[in-house]
Amino acid sequence: MVIVRSKRQSRITGWARYSALVAAALLFLVPFYLLVRSPFMREQDLGSPDFHWLPPVWETSNLTGLFDNPAIPMARSLLNSGLIAVTQTVGVLVVSGLAGYGLARIPYRWSNAVFYTITATLLIPAAVTFVPSFVLVSTLGWISTLRGLIIPGLFQALATFLFRQFFLGFPKEIEEAAFIDGLGYWGTFWKIVVPNSMGFVAAIGTITFIGSWNAFLWPLVIGRDQESWTVQIALSTFLTAQSVQVSQLFMAALVAIVPLLLMFLFLQRWIVEGVERTGIAGD
Amino acid sequence: MTGSRPAGSPRPSLGRRLRGRQDRNLWFWVFVGPFVIGLVVFVYVPIAWSIYLSFFESYNTVTPTTFVGVGNYVDMLRDPAFRNSLLTFLAFAVFIVPTTFVISLGAALLVARTRVMQSFFRSVFFLPTACSYVVAALVWKMSIFSGIRSGLANAVLGWFGIDSIPWLSLAEPPWYWLVIVTARLWLQVGFYMILFLAGIQRISPTLYEAAAIDGAEGWKVFRHITLPQLRATSTAVLLLLLINAFQAFDEFYNILSTFGTYPPYARPPLVYLYYTALGSGQDFGHGSAGAVILTLIIAIVAVVQGRILRLGDRGD
Repeated sequence: MVIVRSKRQSRITGWARYSALVAAALLFLVPFYLLVRSPFMREQDLGSPDFHWLPPVWETSNLTGLFDNPAIPMARSLLNSGLIAVTQTVGVLVVSGLAGYGLARIPYRWSNAVFYTITATLLIPAAVTFVPSFVLVSTLGWISTLRGLIIPGLFQALATFLFRQFFLGFPKEIEEAAFIDGLGYWGTFWKIVVPNSMGFVAAIGTITFIGSWNAFLWPLVIGRDQESWTVQIALSTFLTAQSVQVSQLFMAALVAIVPLLLMFLFLQRWIVEGVERTGIAGD
Repeated sequence: MTGSRPAGSPRPSLGRRLRGRQDRNLWFWVFVGPFVIGLVVFVYVPIAWSIYLSFFESYNTVTPTTFVGVGNYVDMLRDPAFRNSLLTFLAFAVFIVPTTFVISLGAALLVARTRVMQSFFRSVFFLPTACSYVVAALVWKMSIFSGIRSGLANAVLGWFGIDSIPWLSLAEPPWYWLVIVTARLWLQVGFYMILFLAGIQRISPTLYEAAAIDGAEGWKVFRHITLPQLRATSTAVLLLLLINAFQAFDEFYNILSTFGTYPPYARPPLVYLYYTALGSGQDFGHGSAGAVILTLIIAIVAVVQGRILRLGDRGD
């Protein structure tokens, strides 16, 4: 008797759970729906008193208009964002991968001291120190340069820390065999360890890429000239400008997220793993 | 660098030391050196420099001459705008931390127990993680919460015969909080859901089987098994939420500023700092003092929370 009731009950809770999921999922998709719909609306339809689920007229001129708009250097900013995200991702992987391996595997008297020097900075989020970093970068004359946008972001203590933890768990026997074969630290790392760690590398890489593409505060502080704007700065300038053509603004937003959404769809597995392993968000 | 080299032995050339028998000390620095140098130059030097600047009057210059002692710190702590920025953070944290925690835990529980289309639902909640704060701010400001009738929120209100609300206007009540909190909620729920999902999957099924034999179900199972087993994850999530809320900048800046000006209210610490140090004044002295104070606050929070986290681990 008890079992029968609990079975029926569990079917009811099952349906309730499912409905809640579907409702929440629809709610979460609304902003994406708006992002896809709005760029193809005419300005007067976006501003009309009636809400339109679909554009009454599909307008595609916003795409070409966007790249012809002299106030918003869309093509240039996309290029900048791509360059910055790719070099920063590769740079972080190489610099932190090497450092993490050295800390994990090469015995050295001051290894622990170095490790604590690195982890101490984990307590200080990079965003909080943007004023000091700005002072340094402006002294170097790197304002409005790709150098200034890329290089200070290459040295991420968290990535190094995570690589070290990961390499500590790497099967030592494989490395020892390589070592006996005369590969040395350098050869062992590049020929044996890295090819067998591609999953972890992909996880850290995708998370770094997303963070770099979506970064806002640092590019805002450093990218003073239009030529050095990233796509986020271009969007933000567009958004807070005096007079805005809303439909074109939405087209810019759509263009800005398409690369990441594509990447997301293909690399979701690694992104999820990256989040699970790192606990870091893009910001 | 050559700490363990036996005394008195002749020093071979660098090339030979790299190629020949593995010189561990050298190789350690080949691997770790680039990162450490970068960290020193781009993290430690700026912080040290900032501490130095914070004791000087330094408008528009990074090589100041007028020493003011702790004057900048006193000014900052006395400045009602700075104290308000900390209050703004607190108000923001009070809204965003519990709501994100509850919703992402709820989503994780729902997704974990669904067999049908589990990966689809997970993707839907996780998808916003790929979105930037600027894009979310744009959708929230220009579409969902635009003050006009064709904005989605007001359109929905309209279906129920409710008047439009000017979500982002200067007038009371402060509806802009709803706009800001929901934007961040949408962006970050999926991320924390993944952390909770990972935690849930680590819970041993035997615990649930034992509970089922004892006749426990629903809320009781959650209260006595799931929640205690998620203690480490929960503490980490709370810490991350708090630290991230402390650094809030993007959505405030993009949602609230119009025509290039930011309203005098609703300035969290980083927004306040941005306008103090990098606004028209370029006041690096006060800006640096502010950065040092904020860094200390966040470091203390992290250390205290880390303690609690470790205590929690020991308790399990």
